[in-house]
Amino acid sequence: MEVIYSMMTLTLIFSTPIIITAIGGMFSERSGVVNVALEGIMMIGGFTAATSIVFLEKSTSFAPWIALLFGLIAGVLISLVHAYISINLGAEQVISGTAINLLAGGLTVYLSQVIFHQQRTQSFETGFIKTTYPGLSKIPIIGRIFFENIYPTVYIALIIVIASWYVLYKTPFGLRLRATGEHPQAVDSVGISVYKMRYIGVLLSGALGGLGGAIMVLTFDTQYTIGSIHGVGFIALASLIFGKWKPAGVLGASLFFGFSQILSVYSTDFAFLAKFPQEFFKILPYLLTIVALLIFSGSSVGPKAAGEPYDKGQR
Amino acid sequence: MNYVIEMLNITKEFPGIKANDNVTLQVKDGEIHALLGENGAGKSTLMSVLFGLYQPEEGKILIKGKEVNVKNPNVANEHGIGMVHQHFKLVHNFTVTENIILGLEPKKSFGRIDIDAAAKKVAKISDKYGLSVDPHAKIEDITVGMQQRVEILKMLYRNAEILIFDEPTAVLTPQEIRELMGIMKELVKEGKSIILITHKLKEIKEVADRCSVLRRGKYIGTVDVGSVSEEEMAEMMVGREVSFEVEKGPANPTDVVLKIENLNVLDSRKLLAVKNLNLEVKAGEILCIAGIDGNGQSELIQAITGLKKIESGKILFEGTNIEHESIRNRTLLGIGHIPEDRHKHGLVLDFSVEQNFILQNYFQEPYSIKGIIQPDAIRAYSEKLIEMFDVRSGQGSITEARSMSGGNQQKAIIAREIDRSPKLLIAAQPTRGLDVGAIEYIHERLIEERDAGKAVLLMSLEMEEVLNVSDRIAVIYEGEIVGILNASETDENEIGLMMSGAKRGKV
Amino acid sequence: MKKIYDYILDEKNHHFIIPAISIILGFLVGSIIMIFSGLNPLDMFASIIRGVFGITLSKIGTGKAIFNARYLGEYFVFAMPIILTGLSVAFAFRTGLFNIGAEGQMIVGSFASVVVAILVPLPPVLLLPLVILAGALAGAIWGFVPGILKAKYNVHEVVVTIMMNYIALFMTNYYLKKLPGSTNSKTVALVKGATLKSDFLSDITNHSRLNWGFILVIIAVFSFWYIIEKTTFGYELKAVGYNPDAAKYAGIKVNSRAALSMVIAGAYAGLGGTVLAIGTFGYGRVLPQAEGYGFTGIAVALVGGNTAAGSLLGGLLFGALNAAQPIMQSSGIPKDIAVIISSMIILFIAMQNGIKMLLERLKGGK
Repeated sequence: MEVIYSMMTLTLIFSTPIIITAIGGMFSERSGVVNVALEGIMMIGGFTAATSIVFLEKSTSFAPWIALLFGLIAGVLISLVHAYISINLGAEQVISGTAINLLAGGLTVYLSQVIFHQQRTQSFETGFIKTTYPGLSKIPIIGRIFFENIYPTVYIALIIVIASWYVLYKTPFGLRLRATGEHPQAVDSVGISVYKMRYIGVLLSGALGGLGGAIMVLTFDTQYTIGSIHGVGFIALASLIFGKWKPAGVLGASLFFGFSQILSVYSTDFAFLAKFPQEFFKILPYLLTIVALLIFSGSSVGPKAAGEPYDKGQR
Repeated sequence: MNYVIEMLNITKEFPGIKANDNVTLQVKDGEIHALLGENGAGKSTLMSVLFGLYQPEEGKILIKGKEVNVKNPNVANEHGIGMVHQHFKLVHNFTVTENIILGLEPKKSFGRIDIDAAAKKVAKISDKYGLSVDPHAKIEDITVGMQQRVEILKMLYRNAEILIFDEPTAVLTPQEIRELMGIMKELVKEGKSIILITHKLKEIKEVADRCSVLRRGKYIGTVDVGSVSEEEMAEMMVGREVSFEVEKGPANPTDVVLKIENLNVLDSRKLLAVKNLNLEVKAGEILCIAGIDGNGQSELIQAITGLKKIESGKILFEGTNIEHESIRNRTLLGIGHIPEDRHKHGLVLDFSVEQNFILQNYFQEPYSIKGIIQPDAIRAYSEKLIEMFDVRSGQGSITEARSMSGGNQQKAIIAREIDRSPKLLIAAQPTRGLDVGAIEYIHERLIEERDAGKAVLLMSLEMEEVLNVSDRIAVIYEGEIVGILNASETDENEIGLMMSGAKRGKV
Repeated sequence: MKKIYDYILDEKNHHFIIPAISIILGFLVGSIIMIFSGLNPLDMFASIIRGVFGITLSKIGTGKAIFNARYLGEYFVFAMPIILTGLSVAFAFRTGLFNIGAEGQMIVGSFASVVVAILVPLPPVLLLPLVILAGALAGAIWGFVPGILKAKYNVHEVVVTIMMNYIALFMTNYYLKKLPGSTNSKTVALVKGATLKSDFLSDITNHSRLNWGFILVIIAVFSFWYIIEKTTFGYELKAVGYNPDAAKYAGIKVNSRAALSMVIAGAYAGLGGTVLAIGTFGYGRVLPQAEGYGFTGIAVALVGGNTAAGSLLGGLLFGALNAAQPIMQSSGIPKDIAVIISSMIILFIAMQNGIKMLLERLKGGK
């Protein structure tokens, strides 16, 4: 039972960056802009956060939180590039996204060398620390999973899921955003700017991707390296598809992928898992995504206009 | 006189073309004003200027007597102008209410949309104008006619005083057209003004008060509909006398070339689009499939050409069942196909003209020898077709198909399909979107093929084309042939009734 | 001057002008970044010249040897694999597919070549062709999966190929470590007969790693050109790429053509992996993460306008950047500036609508 509780807590922890980034991707794609740059955005966010905390941690105890904020802002800035190219210039969005992924790898390591004179950022002393909340952790079952040995960032992820659901389905903004991804001409014809909606969508994905990357580095790492994000951005993309572009679905899919990642940690605890090599658990999320794509292939569930540049002339 | 809209001396130029050349349009308060013109006459440009999508080089716009600078569509909306678009601007997986309130959402606490209040308001407006729309239905679940009403409701919800209908009847059944006419009259009675953009003279006659005519960007004139005949309006539109009759001798049908038995075909939503259909086309005749768009005619043609799998039944071509033959084999057996959508199926727009000419036989000698393309043979063939069919393009054989005019693109397809001398020529909406000159050319070609002893299967949505070009007419309704008529023995009324399912004939 | 100006503004030359402008802008941005981080961009260009031509500019006039043929040899070593991944991406593009999976196809190509070289006991005459074939075949299979999923089930190839890159990486790492004699970072050295290594080529280039792989590259470039421009099959692929609906109407088997195009694209990338494994290195490597040859291939294809000759030129361009990396690093320039420049070039090519608008405006303002 002990193992089960700690597994669930660890699943939450590992899922956190996936959830946040995938929700970001959801906003972008719901507005009609495909974003395969999530990986690169996370890298930029992670690098910025790691660099910020190195410089801040001596002077303030809020350093991790400020670093998160900087990571988020850096994500917004890099996504601005994707937004401009995809929205204003009507570029092939996958190409732009791929270029940003490539750029992020080069830029973060380059800046590490300029700032720290090494291939990675300097190590920081403390990122986020696992906390047990006395009182709350005594609540049966829930307390053990949600309030014992857990990072506060997990709550950020859960709040983002709920908030994004509310925004998407209950508010005028959500209605307009969803309409933009399905039928931009309809949105334009009622006097809403398609460009503006898409900018908001892409910048939200930048903010959340940057935040996701920052959280990842500040919880799992002691410094940013080129391998810090190691494909989690693509797993977030997979969660988005797996979760059918819906907040609850994205949450479920992200938890599932988070779980599949921690299985390797526990493989020694369960005899039947010990048989599989570590690589098997690393492959699992990617393999499952392909399987999921196959299963969903009959029904097109993504936003209809995602990936299509909007040309004002074609009304 | 009270004009709600005056567009005076509007000139709008695009590089190389004057889309509107000194055009004037004056719409009286409370009238239905038709805007008549061929494709490319400048109707949409004029409306785009009114909507602020384009800024004119010259001229001014007065709304209710006051000069207005319409900078963008929002300004037009603020002045009470609303447009019911030809291609509906509706989000398919939203409800009726969600579509209508988009951009003007009523709110309640915590920034939420007050969807209940909105639905009530939508229901109220719907009742007032007798539109009977269900505010909670999803767009993808309601008929095209209903969707159009949602578009109308969208404008009424925004308190539009002047409604523009852009080719509103193209996708409707005769029944729905009649209802729409009723709705339009009701709207005018309630104090709205309407601009009806169309090229269908009959509709203008039926519903409009006055009519302004455009031709090649120029303003021809405005007439009281009651005082002119359809022929006179047609002449204004085309610029010369138009004979509605197509010259052709009697048909001389011989052997059955295509025979369809108990055919069933599913559409993209897995519903039966063609139901138990039987049909025969003989050599030396033009048989026309007539019907309202969406009654299974597209699926029928795709089934014959092999673009769509059939559910059950038989397709006999010269007596052999071709159900399991590939598209390629059907082409080789002697089926020519002028497809419904020339940009989607008919042409590779990024290919040159010559590359498009060999689309159906690129793999055959002399165009390919042992898997290698033969550019010289292709060029020679292309030059021949360009000459024979008078296909005009900027740089001859090497012109990109994309840069050609619609009429010449269609000519290129027709050249390709006819030159292979198919025993069965299928022409699906071959004149869609073309001007009168090109239409006449295509009709002549089809009749030539018929006279040369070929079987021609024509699919058309245009009543005039149905009546004038074909020898026999098979009316399709909800995937079934509900009547087969001799063109010389029937009239628009009878076909119209059958097309709407109100009458059945001999099959 | 006027002539050049007119040439640049002529729409017919856009296919050449836009990549050229993108390359210039990419280097410009890279230079600006360097200046801002206190580095001299001229040092980078000197590194590139040294990396490509083997000429050390700073040694001119010092009496020391200026030219070192080893750099020239190494330049081609860097260019060869990315020409092949470039061909891979370009080939798929011609059929309208975006092959982000060249990376993974390359990894399995490397892997298959190494496995055959180590495990199959055959005389060199038979072994080498088999090793090469295995690499191309493995890449082809890795391309076939997204190809068939796209063709049969309409699953988007971009997502599938991304996922397959990771599967390739982890899967091959696992098995490479299982091969007899492998350490945690590499396999045993391959027998010389199973490699493309050449003492002759190495000697004339002052002991560079230059190898017979360049013959494979030339064959690949030629085959690409021939298939696309000369064959009936190439006509079909182009028709499918431009307009799959019209291709279907014309009786072309669209799905099988799409799948086949991914197979051929995969084979090119697989061959790239072979050249890397049995040409450049001569042993199998366990990789901590993807090395980016496949992603550079995207840049190569885009710069080269998805043609054979263009991919060759693009490969030589990005090969120059890659070859200069070690030289830059040793002269105090972070080598990742090369990655930044490559990605900026892709971004500028993606911005081609903007560049076109700019050119139009220049034309109008003339």
